[in-house]
Amino acid sequence: MSVMKRVSLIFKSKANKALDRMEDPRETLDYSYQRQLEMLTQVRRGVADVATSRKRVELQMNNLRQQQNKLEGQAKQALGAGREDLAREALGRKGALQSQLTDLESQYHSLQADEEKLTVASQRLQSKVEAFRMQKETIKATYTAAEAQSRIGEAVSGISEEMGDVGMAVQRAQDKTAQMQARAGAIDELMASGALEDMTGTPRDDIQAELDSMRGGQNIEVELQRLKGELGAGSTQAIEGGGTPAADGATQAAAAEQPQAGEGA
Amino acid sequence: MIVRILSEGQLQVDDSAAAELNSLDAELEKAVNSGDGPAFRSALLALLNRVRELGTPLAADSLEPSDSILPRADADLDEVRSMLTDEGYIPG
Repeated sequence: MSVMKRVSLIFKSKANKALDRMEDPRETLDYSYQRQLEMLTQVRRGVADVATSRKRVELQMNNLRQQQNKLEGQAKQALGAGREDLAREALGRKGALQSQLTDLESQYHSLQADEEKLTVASQRLQSKVEAFRMQKETIKATYTAAEAQSRIGEAVSGISEEMGDVGMAVQRAQDKTAQMQARAGAIDELMASGALEDMTGTPRDDIQAELDSMRGGQNIEVELQRLKGELGAGSTQAIEGGGTPAADGATQAAAAEQPQAGEGA
Repeated sequence: MIVRILSEGQLQVDDSAAAELNSLDAELEKAVNSGDGPAFRSALLALLNRVRELGTPLAADSLEPSDSILPRADADLDEVRSMLTDEGYIPG
């Protein structure tokens, strides 16, 4: 069993080194137990790191989705205003964000899988550490040099194999998390620098600016009509040809009431 | 015998399966030595799947060392190579 054997021999030689380190085999038990507790802390920290990373990716996904929704809203607004060109532009930008989002989604699932695996590994190690602790106490209580060596050897190599396995998983998760943090940081920086903002919207969003200026234009017209009505300049209305008689009448009535209200106060 | 699949845990496999697992392991070794990526992937999965089929998982609180240890399912060729050559790869 070449690959199988070679890998297991490497693990065994690690365990043996731990066993050889101590003169009294009972010290090996305590030493190993200390290492186990450290490994438990490490694996729990690993789970927490992966969870933090996952949450960060989740936040970024939400941000991108919000930007997409905003662009979709702008596209609708532009279509409603008869500006198909602007609507196309908005939908184009929305599409460009999709590849970022797809990438983040796959990172998210991968982190989720790592988190689950590490959680299971952490629980399994916890059970073994507890079993080891009990066995350690038994061996110490009934210690006779002749039999202890082999019992200690077996218990220690069994659990050191588990620690080697878990240690590799934690290492891998940490490497991956570090990579993802770097990528997430890069996206955050892009957002902060405005490179992505420019593409997606705020603050200098040219689609929004154009939509706003269109609406702004309409508002100016409405305001103008109102002011004209207040001035009661019937001749100007005739020239401009704006406003319905009913609306003008109402506006004029309102304008006429205002001085009275002011006098009454 | 007890077989560990790294990152999955340990399984008890009947000794009578040794010959079959040995031949799957030989395929895996051949692929590792030749550096053939796709052959490596399929040989590794074939071996792991057979161990999973034949084996019964050990209790979580078992402290028994394994007779054989296998790379995890998503390990790549370079990783397995370094496991076989570089002891420093395994912490502890």
